[in-house]
Amino acid sequence: MTTTETGSGAQNGGYGSSMDYADMLLLRFGEFILKGKNRSRFEKTVLRHVKEMVKPYPNVKLTREFGRIYVELNGEPAGELTEALVKVFGIASISPVKVSRPEFEDILAASRTFLHLIAPAAGTSFKVSARRVWKDFPYGSIEMNKLIATPLLQGYPGLLVDVKSPDLELKIEIREGHTLIFCENIAGVGGFPLGTNGKAMLLLSGGIDSPVAGWSSMRRGLEVECVHFYSYPYTSELARQKVVDLTRILSRYAGVIKLHLVPFTEVQTSFTGIGQDNLIITLMRRAMLRIATALAEKEGALALITGDSLGQVASQTLPSMNVIGRATALPLLRPLVMMDKSEIVQLSKTIGTYDLSILPYEDCCTLFVPKSPTTNPNLRIVDKIEATLPGYQALLDTAVAGTETVLITPYGNEKPEDLVPAQAGLQEEWF
Amino acid sequence: MLYWDYAAAAPPYEEVVQTLEQVMRKHFANPSSLHRAGEEADKLIKRAREVCAAALDVLPQEIIFTSGATESNNLAVKGAALQYQSRGRHIVTTELEHPSVYESCLQLQKLGWEVTFVAPDPQGVVEPSRIAAAVRPDTVLVSVMHVNNEIGTVQPLREIGQLVKAVNRRTLFHVDGVQGYGKLEASLKDWQADLYSLSAHKLRGPRGTGILYVREGVTLFPLLTGGSQEQGKRAGTENVPNIVASAKAMRMSGEQREAFSARIRPLKAQLENYIAGIPELVLNSMEDGAPHIVHFSYPGMKGEVLARRLEELGMAVATRSACSSRLAEPSRILLSMGRDTAAALGGIRISLGDSHTQQDVSRLEQALLAAVQSLKIAEGGMK
Repeated sequence: MTTTETGSGAQNGGYGSSMDYADMLLLRFGEFILKGKNRSRFEKTVLRHVKEMVKPYPNVKLTREFGRIYVELNGEPAGELTEALVKVFGIASISPVKVSRPEFEDILAASRTFLHLIAPAAGTSFKVSARRVWKDFPYGSIEMNKLIATPLLQGYPGLLVDVKSPDLELKIEIREGHTLIFCENIAGVGGFPLGTNGKAMLLLSGGIDSPVAGWSSMRRGLEVECVHFYSYPYTSELARQKVVDLTRILSRYAGVIKLHLVPFTEVQTSFTGIGQDNLIITLMRRAMLRIATALAEKEGALALITGDSLGQVASQTLPSMNVIGRATALPLLRPLVMMDKSEIVQLSKTIGTYDLSILPYEDCCTLFVPKSPTTNPNLRIVDKIEATLPGYQALLDTAVAGTETVLITPYGNEKPEDLVPAQAGLQEEWF
Repeated sequence: MLYWDYAAAAPPYEEVVQTLEQVMRKHFANPSSLHRAGEEADKLIKRAREVCAAALDVLPQEIIFTSGATESNNLAVKGAALQYQSRGRHIVTTELEHPSVYESCLQLQKLGWEVTFVAPDPQGVVEPSRIAAAVRPDTVLVSVMHVNNEIGTVQPLREIGQLVKAVNRRTLFHVDGVQGYGKLEASLKDWQADLYSLSAHKLRGPRGTGILYVREGVTLFPLLTGGSQEQGKRAGTENVPNIVASAKAMRMSGEQREAFSARIRPLKAQLENYIAGIPELVLNSMEDGAPHIVHFSYPGMKGEVLARRLEELGMAVATRSACSSRLAEPSRILLSMGRDTAAALGGIRISLGDSHTQQDVSRLEQALLAAVQSLKIAEGGMK
């Protein structure tokens, strides 16, 4: 079998014109297929996600069958669609398919055309695997293998037969109504269908880690809502724009994502006057968790997700995680906690968030950073500071109340109301 | 007065003028400023870069905005030579190049670089194998123009690129595309060009803006320093309205290329046919040259005399290229093609543009005939 390895399946470009032969894409479901009662719900979720992804291609027709989805292209580009659909969680693999009528002559002719388009090099080992699903078809599977392979081999003297491990396995599925001919199997991202494992709030900073944490969570079937804290005027509009853009990239994997933008300036500045500079980060992170928890309650989410990676910075040491994590009663999911930075960077490049993440805008975490933030905060002192900070809860409540929520879609241009639009003052007719 | 000097400067598109005016009014802020107005201006530059890159099928970060093709060519030649002098100090170019390339090479020669100037054949086309033969292991740059600005001949860039890279794959290939873009297909990847210069005002854009394509991975020694604009390759506050309007002109002329060529080429053929029928005139441009340039000589008669007579008859034409027309010297280009001094002194260039119709060409033909006849009488009288 020719298997195109795509890693996580989120690679950029690359499925160009080579699959122009396809009239259909065959999507196969992943591991959740085993999960008895929930299967139908899971499959429907994948179908909904696929529907979202094919919206820009109006001619596409979708059909769900046991364990798979058929995407009839009707002239829409196979390469582009494959690129979009390998991102759908819960899809294990995709095959570009040539469709023929279930008549012997048609199948043979289509197989010929198929082989011609693939143009295998001389010396390629080859095998036909026919499967007769429609039992009224006059020839059996084994019979068909021979009936198709013999004339094909005559037309292509360079091909070698190898039934054990061929380079090229031409698969023919004879079904009532149509026959599918294909040879490629492109790996999808796998995982669970989006949202089938519940919903969580992702603390999205704009750095490299948090978008990766979000993607990893979505892949395990979590619906993710993003929470971003901004400290205008200490952080620029560009930093906020960057988070909108990052969410937009994540939304390619989800169809649509809710982004909550929390005004954090007042909370953050309230920590600067208490003479405990080395605890500012700890206090800030705890305040963020509290606000995110309040938002989670509003939105019905059952966990918080952060991009913490053990030991990466002062707030991500084990003692810091202990003190910070106690600020919320919700499960705190840290998908990247045991990953090395280089692995995270690699993933963020595959997902497509890396280039944005490294744009140099200050976010609220990099502001007011003390010279030596503590790596071992004292829980008792932190609790005491928070208890004695005047109006602390009111500040948190105000931040929650002032939160603006935007729905972000992959190809839309939604943005927070007061944000400078990405193309402010730019009139397209000028160009 | 009919204007026949599009190759020197083409009138801007109406839309370009509008864009220029609107952007100039609204976006006066410095794109490097941090405030919102600055950010907006910066976004315009960014979008313009994307538009230009799309027109050339290259990446946005490969486009540099300059003050014109003269700067683009200077930066390409001297910037590459200075940056890569550790590879060698040899440059190959042709006798046909525009002064901005030619004299950049002469400057480098004064600084100790070796320059090989390859001569064209009598038709004004450079034989690719002669370029390749001049390339050595220490050749840093080969610079060849797409369309000659004086006689409109088209150089076989694809073959040149292929041969040059075969001899020395590290040698950079610069193409001066000023007279070619919008008239002929510009396929930078196919040519294997590393650097490509353009000027906006030849594309019906505003004056004062040029473009230099610098292939990703190529570094240039900046000629202008003092700011990080244009990725540090060209310092200086960006001319926002000009850049936006140039991008528009580039997109429009690129989109209209095929239609332009299909409409103008027959006019050129008609005019060349007519000139070939006047015994006093010698045609220098070729049928398969650029669709918009017709060039001929009146051997024995100075080009400027004929041009002045034509102007009296309502026709604005050029003697040689605008950049050298104030010099009373024979054309370097025509001499390099093997023409004698008499022919090289009497050159006239007619360049066609969007506004020209068949009637215009017929009027020009009548004027030409009348001018030649009147000058001939004077010439006879002088003898």
